[in-house]
Amino acid sequence: MIKIFHFYGGVHPQEAKISRGVSIVDAPLYPLYTVPLAMHIGAPARSLVKVGDTVLRGQQIGEPASFVSSAIHSPTSGKVKALDVCLSPQGTQLPCVVIESDGEDTPAEPLPPIPDWRDADPDILRKRVAEAGIVGMGGASFPTPVKLSIPPGKSIDTLIINGVECEPCLTADHRLMLESPKMILEGVELVARILGVKNVFIGIENNKPDAIQVLDKEAAAYTDPVIHVLPLHVRYPQGAEKQLIYAITKRQVPSGGLPADVHCVVQNIGSIYAIAEAVIHGKPLYERVTTVTGTPLVSTGNWRFRVGTSYAEAIKLAGGLKEGASIAKLISGGPMMGMTVYSQSIPVMKNTSGILLMAPEEVHQYTSKACLRCGRCNDVCPMQLMPGILSVQIENERFDDAQNWHVMDCIECGCCAYTCPAGRPLVQHMRRAKSEVGAKLRAAKAAK
Amino acid sequence: MSTLVIIVVVGVFTGIAIAIVSKFFGVESNPLEDQVKELLPGANCGGCGYAGCSGYAKALAEGKAAPGACAAQKPEDLKKTAALLGASVEQKVPKVAVVFCSGDDTNATRQAQYNGINNCRDAMFVAAGAKTCTYGCLGLGACARVCPFGAIEITDKHLAVVHKELCRGCGKCVQACPKKLIRLVPRSAEIHVHCSNPMKGAVKLRGCKAACIGCGKCVRTAPDNMRINNGTALAEVNYGNPPAEELAQVCPTHALRK
Repeated sequence: MIKIFHFYGGVHPQEAKISRGVSIVDAPLYPLYTVPLAMHIGAPARSLVKVGDTVLRGQQIGEPASFVSSAIHSPTSGKVKALDVCLSPQGTQLPCVVIESDGEDTPAEPLPPIPDWRDADPDILRKRVAEAGIVGMGGASFPTPVKLSIPPGKSIDTLIINGVECEPCLTADHRLMLESPKMILEGVELVARILGVKNVFIGIENNKPDAIQVLDKEAAAYTDPVIHVLPLHVRYPQGAEKQLIYAITKRQVPSGGLPADVHCVVQNIGSIYAIAEAVIHGKPLYERVTTVTGTPLVSTGNWRFRVGTSYAEAIKLAGGLKEGASIAKLISGGPMMGMTVYSQSIPVMKNTSGILLMAPEEVHQYTSKACLRCGRCNDVCPMQLMPGILSVQIENERFDDAQNWHVMDCIECGCCAYTCPAGRPLVQHMRRAKSEVGAKLRAAKAAK
Repeated sequence: MSTLVIIVVVGVFTGIAIAIVSKFFGVESNPLEDQVKELLPGANCGGCGYAGCSGYAKALAEGKAAPGACAAQKPEDLKKTAALLGASVEQKVPKVAVVFCSGDDTNATRQAQYNGINNCRDAMFVAAGAKTCTYGCLGLGACARVCPFGAIEITDKHLAVVHKELCRGCGKCVQACPKKLIRLVPRSAEIHVHCSNPMKGAVKLRGCKAACIGCGKCVRTAPDNMRINNGTALAEVNYGNPPAEELAQVCPTHALRK
């Protein structure tokens, strides 16, 4: 093993990965699936079904509505009960297809598998990734086919696989690496071939020594491309794209730029696994591994949920609440970047990496006090911004100033709010400013 | 004694200096501009597209702008302005802002406790404010803060209410509301449908007792004055021909009210 890699700033919260030893289990079939048509960044998919239609497992029910969009597939066989709206973790209404399961779970004709993918044309593979509706499964859910098509004028020389899973509590990627290393490495080779890249790194934090060992052993067999498994210093937010690129290659993505500007592409472990399944078995993306965890739960674990399963079912699957326990907070995702939600009717989506429950004694409520100018947020901000100064500007609605202080580079990792002794809701301020400045920039672009 | 002499001498010299400076460097102010400015509301809201009321007054006096661009100007003041400038102006329908929501704490329910920043626009980033009705007023006062006339009150039950007598219809609150609940409507209308949720009636009632359930009672009673917004369970006042105040009594949920 070589030297250990790291990046600027960050924090090290309590890891609390209590479900790390629990194997992935397939979730049972549920009578009802609420499948949102917008499980990705970009335009919501166009529905291909009507109320009363019969659908099969893996059948396409939504087609991409624009370049940045994604296909949606049915999680099971059954009847379309309604075309409705459902709640998203952000609290907005998403268009969705409600599918009533018939209990048969009849699979549709799979996409034709491509067994000779090593010799296949990259365009065919890229098309397959689009057909299978694959999106970034780390959380941002950016459509993968867009990421895999290299923008004109840019060149890619490095592929980075994100097996960091720096969020506390979550163990879905960890389990996937441990249980399916062969599939993941085939997926890695596949993506490397699509991009024509010779340099591949898999970054894993060294609190997962078993995963590093397993993947390192398997990766030794690969010579074209050579796959390096790199242990990383445990530091949140190492799994953020720009931080991971810096930790591994020491290249800095310019402000407002993309990884392609520094010749890198980053893919999440979950997406790699889904790509491998789509190409080798012809299976579209309709299920994912999600960690259900939290101290109020009877048991915690990692389940392979089909998209559209409600959080309530997931919590029930984990044995429900302990006797006398109550939930103070329900979080979609991890504790640092996840969204606090208030309804258990929200469905599991392609980017739901975890469902976290917190007991009342674990949730602290802070009243926001004035900034102390202590500068701790400057020390931990991985983007090297000055969150304290920004928050004061934003509080006074000085969004132009915030823009000049590069608020648009904020990745909303939450390190600043985590470390703030005055209990200031810094991430909420940043989100507000990013939305206001973003609206202004879009208006300026439209006016042009 | 010498102190007094110095003060007097300095005073005389300064006076002379000021007189000379004002004679040679003075900026001539346009008396018309001052008169026009007096007739503007002085809120500097920027709704006219100029840098505050003085900017608009200057443009008016120089003939670069036409009277009537100020939404907040009183009709009689507009008439006076037009007379001063010798321009004709068509009388606009005076407007007033209305918050189309009845969901205060007694009517609407919340699904979670929100402890974040005390501003609706910020609350939108935390599960959109956690109200059961995702269309409802959050009552955190983004509109009240931008109102230049202090016409919006956040009641102690967390609902924004526009005071008609203070509102000048400038429309700043319309842009400030993240839920898009505020609209400018003709001042002559007495009653409005205070609901903005386009979903089915039964769904709405789960989150708010005062929602418009789209029963159509008002439309049947006064078909000329009311209509159902097409495709939704939401009645709407026909603002071309607003109904009388008494119609509010037929509404079973009291969404149609003053």
